[in-house]
Amino acid sequence: MRLFGHRVTILAMLGMAVIIINLVAAIGAPWIAPWDQAEIVGDAWGDPDADHVYVPLMGLDNLGRDLFSRLIYGARMSIGLSFIITCLSFAIGITTGFTAAVLKGWVDTALSRLVDLLLSMPTLIFAFIILSVLGTELPVLIVTIAILDSTKVFRLSRALAMNLAALEYVEVARVRGEGLWWVIRKEILPNAMAPLIAEFGLRFSFAFLFIAALSFLGLGIQPPDADWGSMVRDYRDMINLDSTAPLYPAGAIALLTIGVNFVVDWMLAIHSRSHGDG
Amino acid sequence: MSTLIIKHKETARLRPLLRLILQRLGLGFGTLLAASLLIFVGTEILPGDLASAVLQNSATPESLAEMRKELGLDRPAYVRYAEWLGNVAVGDFGHSLASHRDVVEEITPRLKNTVFLAVYAALLAVPLAIVLGLMAAIWQGGIYDRLVNFVTLLTISVPEYLVGYILIKYLSVRYAWFPSLANVTPDTPFGDRLVLTFLPVLTLTLVVVAHMMRMTRASVLNIMASPYIEMAFLKGLPKWQVVVRHAFPNALAPIINVIALNLAYLIVGVVVVEAVFVYPGLGQLMVDAVSKHDVPVVQAAGLIFAAAFILLNMTADILAIVSNPRLRHPR
Repeated sequence: MRLFGHRVTILAMLGMAVIIINLVAAIGAPWIAPWDQAEIVGDAWGDPDADHVYVPLMGLDNLGRDLFSRLIYGARMSIGLSFIITCLSFAIGITTGFTAAVLKGWVDTALSRLVDLLLSMPTLIFAFIILSVLGTELPVLIVTIAILDSTKVFRLSRALAMNLAALEYVEVARVRGEGLWWVIRKEILPNAMAPLIAEFGLRFSFAFLFIAALSFLGLGIQPPDADWGSMVRDYRDMINLDSTAPLYPAGAIALLTIGVNFVVDWMLAIHSRSHGDG
Repeated sequence: MSTLIIKHKETARLRPLLRLILQRLGLGFGTLLAASLLIFVGTEILPGDLASAVLQNSATPESLAEMRKELGLDRPAYVRYAEWLGNVAVGDFGHSLASHRDVVEEITPRLKNTVFLAVYAALLAVPLAIVLGLMAAIWQGGIYDRLVNFVTLLTISVPEYLVGYILIKYLSVRYAWFPSLANVTPDTPFGDRLVLTFLPVLTLTLVVVAHMMRMTRASVLNIMASPYIEMAFLKGLPKWQVVVRHAFPNALAPIINVIALNLAYLIVGVVVVEAVFVYPGLGQLMVDAVSKHDVPVVQAAGLIFAAAFILLNMTADILAIVSNPRLRHPR
């Protein structure tokens, strides 16, 4: 199979399949899930009461809700939120990174030092500090993670743009009198696209794992919204009764991350091949 | 005469090295200072301030003003930062807002537990990663190599809690080989401690070992391309001997660097693993403090985690300088 003129490896195909299944679950949750995410259909960890056509695949959860349905709805929250965070972090990171590379001088120095400062601490610890004061409302979570994540995007896009900004056609555009925004949008962005798309995948899986870890620790998405990290937290005590319940959401988190990484690996490989030794 | 010249050259070569190391130490200290500023700014100047965090919903304008005065928040920020930093420098982190106990008293036993866990995991993970990496380099391209590569690619993207709960389910609940809860107390004897914390340590090891061994393999294979390795092969040495005696010592420097960076990653892993195994460590304490808005405890724990992270990064930096001749002679 070929995609955009490149041969697709088996692992990349597997990764794409995983991503597509997850996207379908996230978008189509209300139509696919047998029950609503908050609907109580039976006793805790028991069987659903009344007559039902559907046999619960993974049983009921700690409040008697259908685990499989919650898993599907969880895809929506976990993936949607990570996607929003990644988009925001890219918007911030690319704008500042390209600006720093094109303007150079004190703007570049100031932005780079600020990023060094933010990266001087583990991101999780820094997020803890912000959340301890601002609380764990969704907008706080989104902006905090996006800003922390944008530091990595800043470094990559700045490095990419530094190389591009030295090329003749960018010089020509600047001499011609084009504005900063025009140069970034028309000359630099299209030529930095390939590595940035691969980076988007990496940043997405980072944001995804990060928000899941925060939710698992009880500092992320708050109930009643189903999301995979909090589901692991809600079901964790059941592991001592030899139940598989917490492994489903945890496994879903791992599966999507692995899928994204397979695709990113493939994209990085074709990119390095087309630029490297042919 | 000639030895004298050589000696002089030696010291001249060592001096910039020493200066470079001192520079890194200074930089590390500066970074720590910057981190402390970041922690302070993060906790005290952001819109939702300490007073409203303490009072939560019961805040009225009057009670807020009073609480601000009580906490000293009515004074300018830089005064409070200098005071906080001065206190921290002499080991005074203030009092917990939740338990009203001295923060240092609260943190010390937790910190000991976390250090125990991290050191135990490092002692297990580092030799394991090196041996597995060397084996993959010796049998490069073979089934073992490919299998290990695939498995590490998987474990790199797997979150700690999945590994942890799988281990609990199979090694603890089903077969009862290890306890699932790492509930140590200060008077748990050392031997029991090793058993109680085995599963969390195994989890941490599995999570960090993959990356470390991949880098070991890559560094060794990188050296394997050099002419002196070919020479060793031409002498008729067996492959394992070439890898272990000729390539590995020369690949050690980048490996040590990677290990230091990965141990820095352990810091974040520790927080999640402690939650999985309900281990009374610093990570758990910090998570509790965050949900209770207990700012002094969050500041102290955050500063300790940041310091450990900076220290490990600095060590990696210095080791890279010491081992790399090109960095030893800056232009």
